[in-house]
Amino acid sequence: MTTRLFGEPVRRREDPRLLTGRGRYLDDIGEGAYEVAFVRSPHAHARIRDIDVSAAIDVEGLVAIHTWEDLPARLAEPLPLLIPHPALTHGRTAYPLARDVVRHVGEPVVMVVARDRYLAEDVCGLIEVDYEPLAPVVGIEEATRAEALVHEDVPGNVGAHLVQEVRSATGLGAREAIEAAPYRLEFGLDIERSASMPLEGRGVHARWDAGDRSLRVHSSTQTSTSVRMAIAAKLDLPLPQVEVVAPDVGGGFGVKIVHPWPEEVLVPWAAMLLGHEVRWTEDRREHFVSSAHERAQTHHVRVGFDERGRVLGLDVTIVHDHGAYTPYGIIVPIITSTQLPGPYKLGAYRVEFSSVYTNTVQVTPYRGAGRPQAVFCMERTMDRVAEHLGLDRTAVREANFIQPEEFPYDQGLIFQDGRPLIYDSGDYPESLRRLKDLVGWDDFPALKEQAAKQGRRIGIGLGCYVEGTGVGPYEGGHVQVTSDGRVHVSTGLTSQGQGHETVFAQIAASELGVPIERVSVVTGDTRRFGYAVGTFASRAAVMSGNAIALACGKVREKALRIAADALEADPGDLEIVEGEVRVVGSPGTALPLATVAVLSNPLRYAFDEEAGRATQFAGTSSPDRPPVAEGDEPGLEGRDYYSPIRSTFASGMHAAIVETDPLTAEIRILRYAVVHDCGNLINPMIVEGQIHGGVAQGVGGALYERMVYDEHGQLLNASFMDFLMPYATEIPRVETAHLQTPSPLNPLGVKGAGEAGVIPVSAVIASAVEDAEGIRIDRMPISPSELFDLRRAASSG
Amino acid sequence: MRDIAITLTVNGIVRRATVPGRRLLSDCLRHDLGLTGTHVGCEHGVCGCCTVLLDGQPVRSCLMFAATADGHEVTTVEGLAEPDGTLSPVQRAFAECHGLQCGFCTPGFLCTVTALLRDNPAPGEEEVVEGISGNLCRCTGYQNIVRAVHRAAEILAEER
Repeated sequence: MTTRLFGEPVRRREDPRLLTGRGRYLDDIGEGAYEVAFVRSPHAHARIRDIDVSAAIDVEGLVAIHTWEDLPARLAEPLPLLIPHPALTHGRTAYPLARDVVRHVGEPVVMVVARDRYLAEDVCGLIEVDYEPLAPVVGIEEATRAEALVHEDVPGNVGAHLVQEVRSATGLGAREAIEAAPYRLEFGLDIERSASMPLEGRGVHARWDAGDRSLRVHSSTQTSTSVRMAIAAKLDLPLPQVEVVAPDVGGGFGVKIVHPWPEEVLVPWAAMLLGHEVRWTEDRREHFVSSAHERAQTHHVRVGFDERGRVLGLDVTIVHDHGAYTPYGIIVPIITSTQLPGPYKLGAYRVEFSSVYTNTVQVTPYRGAGRPQAVFCMERTMDRVAEHLGLDRTAVREANFIQPEEFPYDQGLIFQDGRPLIYDSGDYPESLRRLKDLVGWDDFPALKEQAAKQGRRIGIGLGCYVEGTGVGPYEGGHVQVTSDGRVHVSTGLTSQGQGHETVFAQIAASELGVPIERVSVVTGDTRRFGYAVGTFASRAAVMSGNAIALACGKVREKALRIAADALEADPGDLEIVEGEVRVVGSPGTALPLATVAVLSNPLRYAFDEEAGRATQFAGTSSPDRPPVAEGDEPGLEGRDYYSPIRSTFASGMHAAIVETDPLTAEIRILRYAVVHDCGNLINPMIVEGQIHGGVAQGVGGALYERMVYDEHGQLLNASFMDFLMPYATEIPRVETAHLQTPSPLNPLGVKGAGEAGVIPVSAVIASAVEDAEGIRIDRMPISPSELFDLRRAASSG
Repeated sequence: MRDIAITLTVNGIVRRATVPGRRLLSDCLRHDLGLTGTHVGCEHGVCGCCTVLLDGQPVRSCLMFAATADGHEVTTVEGLAEPDGTLSPVQRAFAECHGLQCGFCTPGFLCTVTALLRDNPAPGEEEVVEGISGNLCRCTGYQNIVRAVHRAAEILAEER
């Protein structure tokens, strides 16, 4: 095949519009729409006594004010609990507008619609809400003490409790295995809150056509198909009357997979009610206090091991702070629990988590989704074991690795998709070998000694992970070749900057044998493709990529069949090259795909000269057969779905060299090395970009970013001035090497790559800082002040 | 609130608008003049998404009133390419080096880098990093943006 684009660093097809200001993001849509602002709770926990709008109603430009009492039946119910789980015995979700009680600062209480956002905010400022403050619950410790309750009917503030246990080969439980082990350690490990923090916040625009009773909604979402179903259900509309489009989305990183957000149902409702376009664009402060956070978890670890560092038993108890509500269920602690074993064969493993309510913003997946915590736990444990035994940290990991010949490897757990956690493929020893080479692991002691002579402190650390990617249930793809030779590809899942238009076009061009310039790709538009799950869990390339490849296969087969008929050849002797069907070995005999598309659709009316070839007197169809054969369809198009039996498991290993300032305790990353294995690469340039971005978010999470709540439940750093996202000055150059262990589970042999970069960074940096300082690092992120305090505590013994 | 009539030259074209005194330049560009390429990421001057060139100098259009820009020249991302649509060297370099992912911060970076390379056509590594250190990007990890700045400098030198 000459058009082999799969695997090439093809330039992005999104870029020309995004570089020239022609991108179309949510706030760019619907000029002239009414705009929405919300009165949001200033209290972490309070009862609403009264809402007084009398001072606000005379503001010029005000269109409507709504509270919970105004909402119609289905909309007045709590928002859906998206992922129920038997262990989530006390799941609770919010109302679109608060009913009686508010449970975190930022919860929407009143919706204001006005001529523009300035006026809407004026109105918000004039609405008086009388609150009776209630005792707030802030942080995991207060939640578990349960002196106050976030929800009156949730005892102990515990929403969910789950235990999974995998016994050893000899039948020992983890606790027994630890007791029986020659060596034992026990310690705590904590991770603080952070957030996805895309540069474009959320936003919704709705247009109601009263004439044909149809609703078109744009949302800055990671799942337009599911938002559509939620809107149809909540607003009691027939599904075909609702269309949802994800336009260009300015980053998601997980927060936009949650749905429907209150605004996603309230804005369409207002548009219907008012008979006017309505738009809500989230501002930055709103994003901090009303969109989701993640990461906060405490972990208590007990480990038993032998003289080589082989883990004989691991027992981890996790407390997960899920904030005020659980719309996304308990996916995050489930992922931590099940991805914690990473690339290792643990003798026996027991993991238990409690997921607790606090009066803070709800917690839902942020890139990595529980895995950064899992890897922090496992890798810090490996480092402890190595230290205890006086072994090299890489040697302990090697002693525990699953070996390449042991795949498929069953970890004996149930993963986030409700299916067995079975690793499909990987080569962990080779990854580690490449990582050690890349970062110069074995030469580091000499480097460290040399630095010490100059009064400098440097340290090296590493972290390994396995990431379940491409979770089901399915995605689909539709491919249509039109009579102008253009190839139109669509898939239901959405894009937030991953370059899907490019990689899916590469797949289609490769599979169909057409120049990529002829291929166009649409994602996240329910007008084009109605069945989808969404973009999360590093699944787009695996799920939609394979679905599109399968759909192309159908188109290809049909094209060859039609062309064989026209060329009086055997389909087996045909190939598609550069958009032409050719007889293999005789390039002179060719039929353009455009012509095949014409012939695929028997016509009565010729709309142009080319179309004339398919009309009834053109002699192109046999009078002895029906124009469209039984079981066939007109048109050169195909639709197919990819629904894997289970996830495919990507893996990687990172190492960093850091320098800590002896005086100021400032932490600087001198080198950062990544070995990454996501199976076959569709576009190496794009995969590298994903890794760079992931590592940068990981560095943010390791050294700078945290959500600081005070004891009243006020988020103290709800701005970019105080929530320290790294600039170019903070991010090291990332050195990468790739391993390609294809997935045996899907036709393209690919695994997901979107989240990988962020996953091990906190573990890696903690390991390196510990190595530099000789001080235990057991909570992240770590700031210079914290390191300074740790030094003081260490020196005072 | 009294509305104010303003006249500004945007991307070489004289534009007029009548705006309330409190209207931000970013909102005026986006919603009064329809130039939605300028993005708003924080509205408190930290992220740099809304960076435009005011009389050639990069400024945060979210930290400035539209009325303040009266009589000035503004260049937005829509004004960086040649009139025939040919991308500017900075735009080309960003595409070539994969210096953007979601594209939301990109217009701010392009304006910042355009001014940076005009003032310093051959910046060193530290000057590049320093030069873009007022713009946040959540997607790329900056590595390819830094490459893109160096590449843009090369293209500019080749075409000079």
